[in-house]
Amino acid sequence: MGYYFKTEKMAVGYQKNPLIENIEISLEKGEILTLIGPNGAGKSTILKSIARQLDLISGVVYLGGKDLAEMSGNELSRNMAVVLTEKLRTEMMTCEDVVATGRYPYTGTFGLLSQSDYEIVNETMDLVHVTAIKEQDFTKISDGQRQRVMLARAICQEPDIIILDEPTSYLDVKYKLEFLSILQEMRRKKGLTVIMSLHELELAERVSDKILCVNGDAVERFGRPEDIFEPGYISRLFSISTGSFDEENGTMELDRSSEPATVFVIAGGGSGKSVFRRLQRMGTSFAAGILFENDVDYPVARALAEAVITTPAFEPISENEIETAKRKIDDCEKVICCKEKFGSFEKANEELVQYAREQRKLIIGERLWQK
Amino acid sequence: MQKERKRQSDKMIRYILAFLLLFVGVVLFLVCNICIGSVKISLEDARKCFTGQEVDITVWRILWSVRFPRALAALILGGALALAGYLLQTFFHNPIAGPFVLGISSGAKMVVALVMVYMLGRSIRVSSTAMIFAAFLGAMLSMGFVLLMSRKVNQMSMLIISGVMIGYICSAVTEFVVTFANDAEIVNLHNWSKGSFSGMEWNNVFVMAVVVSVTSVVVFMMSKPLSAYQLGEAYAQNMGVNVRSLRVWMVLLSSLLSACIVAYAGPISFVGVAVPHLVKNLLGTSKPILMIPACFLGGSVFCLFCDLLARTMFAPTELSISTVTAVFGAPIVLWIMAKRRKERGV
Repeated sequence: MGYYFKTEKMAVGYQKNPLIENIEISLEKGEILTLIGPNGAGKSTILKSIARQLDLISGVVYLGGKDLAEMSGNELSRNMAVVLTEKLRTEMMTCEDVVATGRYPYTGTFGLLSQSDYEIVNETMDLVHVTAIKEQDFTKISDGQRQRVMLARAICQEPDIIILDEPTSYLDVKYKLEFLSILQEMRRKKGLTVIMSLHELELAERVSDKILCVNGDAVERFGRPEDIFEPGYISRLFSISTGSFDEENGTMELDRSSEPATVFVIAGGGSGKSVFRRLQRMGTSFAAGILFENDVDYPVARALAEAVITTPAFEPISENEIETAKRKIDDCEKVICCKEKFGSFEKANEELVQYAREQRKLIIGERLWQK
Repeated sequence: MQKERKRQSDKMIRYILAFLLLFVGVVLFLVCNICIGSVKISLEDARKCFTGQEVDITVWRILWSVRFPRALAALILGGALALAGYLLQTFFHNPIAGPFVLGISSGAKMVVALVMVYMLGRSIRVSSTAMIFAAFLGAMLSMGFVLLMSRKVNQMSMLIISGVMIGYICSAVTEFVVTFANDAEIVNLHNWSKGSFSGMEWNNVFVMAVVVSVTSVVVFMMSKPLSAYQLGEAYAQNMGVNVRSLRVWMVLLSSLLSACIVAYAGPISFVGVAVPHLVKNLLGTSKPILMIPACFLGGSVFCLFCDLLARTMFAPTELSISTVTAVFGAPIVLWIMAKRRKERGV
């Protein structure tokens, strides 16, 4: 069969009621799979079913060619570790104690740790940078630290596959990146297979080998990130109606104003982004132009402006587009120019600045906000 | 690395000292309970009596038929009580759970009272195994209710409230039965239903020793899965623990321990909550492998101490054991609740 992890016609749900059916996942050893989808779509349900916390409604999960349902509890725990969203309520346990519970499947009748077990505990604590807090009480550390301790605990279990439910939710950006880097490192060094759910789509796109899109009643897509993140799909998956998500750049913008434009912004080369967003915050409707379609300002303008006058990349700006822009300026009360210099291909924009100045509508740079 | 080793040895020293303290406590209070009373008995006489040498016949009688069995009962049942409390706290992830608070003791008391009144009315002597069985039945009954409630409400305070309510209902039924029982039975029942170690006989001590020691050993053998269970059911499951069967075992064992106590000494309050908490602070860890034996010893010390006070403070009048345990135990429960609040920042 070739695949390390595989599900066949898996149906998951609660109390014999299937929530999502016909889930087909196949992963090779060392691949990272991310589940994305709106809140309450069933990501956790799928993860819990894979981790055998929930009984499967139907179907089979194979791990290394073996039916997961037929593994003993101990065998499963040596192969699979989990990091869950539920909060741990410990009493008088240091972080080290919590990490050490990961060695549980390898201990004897009384669960006592050997010297080599302690060495593994120390190594993993080093790996996820929690050695400094090892003596602190687990209830008295921050959410971010707690999450890393839980990762250390899972790694300590020396699994081949690790299941994580929204592991980065409580982490700040530094630790988000660090957390995912550790997963990548584990995968490279030890061939760890990872299945997790993430809310951060931009991170999901970057870290995952495979992505599974869950939308509440079905798995919509399963595949490589580049196949998933095609224009318009994410907005559809999450039914985004307020604001927008840009699949190509992994960025999102808030909702644009619905009124007709009163300001025209001349931008390009990234000079306009912050102005666009500032206008959006003020609730001012605006038009933007003339932008090349590969400009950094372009996706932001597309998301926020009432109208964008564009021209294909690497082509000269046509007379027709200049004319459209001038008509738009006629409709607006003000014109903001974000640029000081214009390259030889954007002489047209310089012409627009001149046109606005003649109409006494031009505001340059910061003056708009000072009013 | 050196620092690491020092830290580990510091921990070891703390554990050893804690256990030493508990051992000394048990021995000390055992001796006190044997020697102190309305008749003071010297240590020398007690030693002679114990080693089979000749002593005064009254002294021998007091020691052999009153003080020895009573002190041993306090030791065994005290340990059982603390252990039952510890199991229930682990089971419900709730630091103030215990056989008395959750109404399990009262349930056991109710069934035992019913059985006693019924049997005595027909002049049948109730054997100690029958008593334990009746108490176990009652304990399971209350436990069933508490489990049902805990499905509906997943809140620490609600669970306790439902336990207290169940306790009241059971006590009301018991009172009802006692009110309409014969005079001769009432005296017997009344003393017992308030909780006391008095009137212990050797055969009782023998049966409880067997039941409690077997149960305690089983609990101790479970310390590994219990340590996994402490992290929550989901993680325990992932660590390869059969959570369902572990939960069943915990319910059965804690009910059996509670039943044993109620059958012989009646309901005793607060020991099950206070002792595990004190012991946890003494050890500075919640690892079951240390907590289980330490709880047992701690419970023994606590009950020996309380029984000593109950017997001697207002001699010749004897206080019920719960009166004394409540005085020392209830403030500890309040302390735990206040501390929990503060930690959660509510």
